[in-house]
Amino acid sequence: MVIMKTPLLDVRSLSTHFFTEDGVVKAVEDVSFEIFEGEILSLVGESGCGKSVTGLSLLRLIPTPPGKIASGEIFFDGRNLLKLEEKEMEKVRGNDISMIFQEPMTSLNPVFTIGDQIMEAIQLHQNPDKKEARKKAIEMLDRVKIPSPEARIDSYPHQLSGGMRQRAMIAMALSCQPKLLIADEPTTALDVTIQAQVLRLMREIQREMRMAVMLITHDLGVVAEIADRVAVMYAGRIVEYGPIETIFGEMRHPYTRGLLESIPQLEDKRKRLNAIPGQVPNPMDLPMGCKFHPRCYLMIEDCKKEEPPLFQVNDNHFSRCIRWKVCCY
Amino acid sequence: MEQGQLKSFWRYFKRNRLAVGGMAIILVVFFIAGTASLIAPYDPGKTDVSKKLKSPSPEHFLGTDQLGRDVFSRMLYGSRISLSVGFVAVAISLVIGVFVGAVAGYYGRWAETILMRFVDIMLCFPSFFLILTVVALLGPSMMNVMVVIGITSWMGTSRFVRAEFLSLRERDFVHAARALGVKDRRIIFRHILPNALAPVFVAATLDVATAVLVEAGLSFLGFGVQPPAPSWGNILTEGRTYIFDAWWLTVFPGLAILITVLSFNLLGEGLRDALDPRLRGRR
Repeated sequence: MVIMKTPLLDVRSLSTHFFTEDGVVKAVEDVSFEIFEGEILSLVGESGCGKSVTGLSLLRLIPTPPGKIASGEIFFDGRNLLKLEEKEMEKVRGNDISMIFQEPMTSLNPVFTIGDQIMEAIQLHQNPDKKEARKKAIEMLDRVKIPSPEARIDSYPHQLSGGMRQRAMIAMALSCQPKLLIADEPTTALDVTIQAQVLRLMREIQREMRMAVMLITHDLGVVAEIADRVAVMYAGRIVEYGPIETIFGEMRHPYTRGLLESIPQLEDKRKRLNAIPGQVPNPMDLPMGCKFHPRCYLMIEDCKKEEPPLFQVNDNHFSRCIRWKVCCY
Repeated sequence: MEQGQLKSFWRYFKRNRLAVGGMAIILVVFFIAGTASLIAPYDPGKTDVSKKLKSPSPEHFLGTDQLGRDVFSRMLYGSRISLSVGFVAVAISLVIGVFVGAVAGYYGRWAETILMRFVDIMLCFPSFFLILTVVALLGPSMMNVMVVIGITSWMGTSRFVRAEFLSLRERDFVHAARALGVKDRRIIFRHILPNALAPVFVAATLDVATAVLVEAGLSFLGFGVQPPAPSWGNILTEGRTYIFDAWWLTVFPGLAILITVLSFNLLGEGLRDALDPRLRGRR
């Protein structure tokens, strides 16, 4: 892992809120992280913890209303994306920052061939003629290891398998050589063997292109496989943030520990799965203090009083737990 | 539409005999309209008072009218007018309806509120009388009839185009397109619209039937295509005076209108059943 001095993406206390009829949902609250060139940062957490909203916020694709980026700064390549005109933002999307989505079944338009869709991305940002774009699209399909790309380019999405479709999506997202790829649960809809292939492919291309990746997932197996650094999210906040070895080996937040313990072990003789007790809090009615305290086995009275800040464990490891010293491994 | 889909569509469509029949009749009417000048035995405007009000005979298939014009020839030319009014009016209504529905459905919020309330207002007018009033003010002509029918019949289209857009705009491929930096206009017309077209065409087919009927109605009342140009509606009007002496002047144009409108309706329903998988297998 190469760490350069200035990060490619620098998110500073980003808050994204949704103003619904029933109240304000603070989907993302005071989230800060950075991504350096050529590294993979993984955003991990349960459903509804704000991972995807964070991803969409980076591209300013939050449906407004009801959503709104309430505060924060997103520096990409030195520019604050939140200050850009919509026109300039359109040039960033797909060209500098690309995104792939969870469902390869529905993320491709059923009425166009995959070639049309990849070519559209290329033509949108690079203005080559049609022949050139087609050539490039075939190259991209070849790059994501779709067999006989000259023939597949004229296939419609429904003629491809799930894995192929996700590859086509990746080809589309990478066609303009973005500096940052946001991958929102790219392998969740695929079966396990295909997952591994797609992950390996992503890692490979990421290294070749020296591209930064923000990988959004709830699957710690996926994280372990390819991430360099991890940010664990809970109830819209980052609760722990650090290099992958520390997160997996020396976690300093009880939630991270709970997540890791919930992974079923093959050798395990016990019949019941480990689970974190309690439920994810209602985002409209979050507990006072630490958002995790009602479910936490380390909870003390102080946890209920005020929201803990991110404590620095060491240079690059942070935890939002006031008892991080006694937690957790 | 892609080949496999087209095949399965056709398989379901041809099961519906009535719809296939309707389509066949429409094709015949099209053919007649296209070749009217070749197959008409007489000039539709040529009068010959010595032969007025002759009943159908080998010489004049459908008889002659009060000025001795050949009814069969006039009917052939009339099909041109009926079909062109039907199609042009529907084309106009489609353009307006798709545009309004797409903008309302895609942007939502105040754009939707304003446009959809306007649709509600338009729907409040009894459309036939609205058309009648406008034509009366602008003066009756074929062009005016087409335009007026078009601009008073787009509301249904806009309503369901909006509904389609409401659901389609939340689909992942729309998010994906936006994440690639595609502009709104392109998303609306290139990414979403093709996905919403099937039901639009079904409704358009049914609308053609309505437009043909409205044109006939207007012509019957004297506000449509003006004589001596032959349209089914005004052949009917002229024949009304002689209904007891020369039945063929009213029966044949009436039948032509009935059969054409019915065929369009049957075709439209067949298309709808075949295009919507949820309705398949009901028969």
